[in-house]
Amino acid sequence: MIHLGIKSLMLHKLRSFLTMLGIIFGVCSVIAMLAIGEGASHEAQEAIKKLGPNNVIVRSIKPAGDPSSGGARRSFVADYGITRLDAERIKASIPGLSRLLPMRLIRDEVRFGTIKFPCQVVATLPYYTDITGTRIVHGRFLTPTDDFYRQNVCVLTAALASSLFPYQNPLDEHVKVGDGYYKVVGLVEERGTEDKRPQSGMTSGQPLDSNIYIPLGTAASRWGDTTVKRGAGSFEAEKVELHQVTLQFKDTDAVEAAVAPLNSLLSRFHKDKDYEFIVPIELLRQAERTKRIFNFVLGSIAAISLLVGGIGIMNIMLATVTERTREIGIRRALGAKKKDIVTQFLVETLVLSIGGGLIGVAFGVGVPFLVERFSDMKTIVTFWSVAIAFGISAAVGIVFGLYPARRAANLDPIDALRHT
Amino acid sequence: MSGKAIVRIKGITKIYDLGEVKVKALAGVDLEIQPGSYVAIMGASGSGKSTMLNILGCLDRPTQGQYFLGGLDVAHMPDDELSNARGKQIGFVFQSYNLIEQLTVIENIHIPLFYQGKSLEDHYDHCLKLAHLVGLGDRIEHRPKQLSGGQQQRVAIARSLANEPLMILADEPTGNLDSHTGQEILDLFDRLNAKGTTIIMVTHGEETASRAQRVIRMHDGKIASDTINPGRSSIAAN
Ligand SMILES: Nc1ncnc2c1ncn2[C@@H]1O[C@H](COP(=O)(O)OP(=O)(O)O)[C@@H](O)[C@H]1O
Ligand SMILES: [Mg+2]
Repeated sequence: MIHLGIKSLMLHKLRSFLTMLGIIFGVCSVIAMLAIGEGASHEAQEAIKKLGPNNVIVRSIKPAGDPSSGGARRSFVADYGITRLDAERIKASIPGLSRLLPMRLIRDEVRFGTIKFPCQVVATLPYYTDITGTRIVHGRFLTPTDDFYRQNVCVLTAALASSLFPYQNPLDEHVKVGDGYYKVVGLVEERGTEDKRPQSGMTSGQPLDSNIYIPLGTAASRWGDTTVKRGAGSFEAEKVELHQVTLQFKDTDAVEAAVAPLNSLLSRFHKDKDYEFIVPIELLRQAERTKRIFNFVLGSIAAISLLVGGIGIMNIMLATVTERTREIGIRRALGAKKKDIVTQFLVETLVLSIGGGLIGVAFGVGVPFLVERFSDMKTIVTFWSVAIAFGISAAVGIVFGLYPARRAANLDPIDALRHT
Repeated sequence: MSGKAIVRIKGITKIYDLGEVKVKALAGVDLEIQPGSYVAIMGASGSGKSTMLNILGCLDRPTQGQYFLGGLDVAHMPDDELSNARGKQIGFVFQSYNLIEQLTVIENIHIPLFYQGKSLEDHYDHCLKLAHLVGLGDRIEHRPKQLSGGQQQRVAIARSLANEPLMILADEPTGNLDSHTGQEILDLFDRLNAKGTTIIMVTHGEETASRAQRVIRMHDGKIASDTINPGRSSIAAN
């Protein structure tokens, strides 16, 4: 039966191929587009998940229109951001909070001997690694003792360590940051380093993989709250008590319940909006919503392209039926029932649509593969996108093949035989 | 005699309703055909020969009247059963051969079997034997386009025999052929009839009709004369 259908289609190779092309493009574009979309949203979601679905990140930001604000006029020091008092208030009044991780982030340079590198000093508490999922590669992370005694110890990111210490073991060496020397006690690797997304700190500037971690207490005694940044001919000072506070909640429900109280709490004590919230779970939900819309749009485009392909098939099959009216008459005279004729033409349509579908699947899987090979876009070909695209192509064959096939079968055998 | 007739027709009419005019293609025909006979149907163009043959071949239903084909009441059969009757009981040979161009000779011969659910693999020998019977045993893989008109008509004849039907219906089978090739086809019919195949053939040529046992002449949808051909055996011997 299928063999017979192929034989009839081979009678007009070019025409059959061109007819299939509509389905091939339709199926291919559905799978490829969904794969690229899936890849992009997967990357975004992974990045958001790294921030921790149970966390809320509060960051200090320089308020807009700063020069007119009171803090800046008093001196040349920009005074803004979250305070230690804010952190205490949050701890005291926000329900469902399990831990609060304060952080100071200072951009500076780190030196070892003659080698120096720009870096970001992250002054924080020992459980930083827990909350951010940072991995200890060598030695240890900061301890409560380090913090309590304001020890001059530091932990380096592995990448920074290998730049500073190309030839020797960095452990127990002393590096210089600002005016002070710090003993290296461990090396870590940030979870987010592979995709270079700012994850736990600054929005721009320092790459994530050149951090130097010191105890919060040590930073307070070394720097105070005011840091000075010297640029080429410029001089900038800012007073920020905490650059970032990561709030860890029991669960995502607690996160959602806490957003509104957090807002009202902070807005009560901050005249200017000098802080911002990052709520990963909300970002994640938003990413999922975006993805749903994206899939819906893609689905619509795909449906339209397959519809067009289907109409193309129907058009050709109607022409074929007219062209082969006589053949239909002959077959009817030789004993073919109506349903035999329906089957024959339906099989031909299905060979076109399923054949096109199969080729489309091959291209649809191949194109994302090439995209991933020759660009840094990530693609994910999902099983269901292949299944749906292929299923629709088969359905298109049946839906658009049935009418021409029935028309063929309902021809009067004598009229059909007389047809020239 | 009438008990074993393969065709029994009583008072058949066929009226084509064309809106304003009604064309009476058959105006009351009675006919019986015995197995093994060779019948020629003659008559002027428009006299109803093809209509008659179409009804005999179960391609068309009469407007009125009865038709029994090998004991089956064909006049009131549903479409699927008519298809079955055509496939099993009747072999068609057309003026314009009517082979299917995308199929090979042997596949064309196999079509009637295909619609009886018989595969070519299982009935290859049978089909091959038929190809040999019509002298095309060495052409079974050819396509119709690669054959001459006479050869195509032989394939059509082989095809008409595939299901071992009660009778072969041939509507001007030599109409598209030159006289020499036409004679060869008629010789083939003679041989088939000699082996017992029932043949009903529409023809224009008196000489062609003279090969038949029985000649039916039609006029305005009626049988004008129905005669037994006396000189038939002598021509068949040629
Ligand atoms: N499908 C049809 N519709 C209308 N009239 C028809 C049809 N088929 C045949 N006729 C008419 O019926 C009559 C007999 O036709 P036909 O049997 O084909 O004659 P023949 O084969 O003897 O030339 C003619 O008058 C013809 O015009
Ligand atoms: Mg005629």
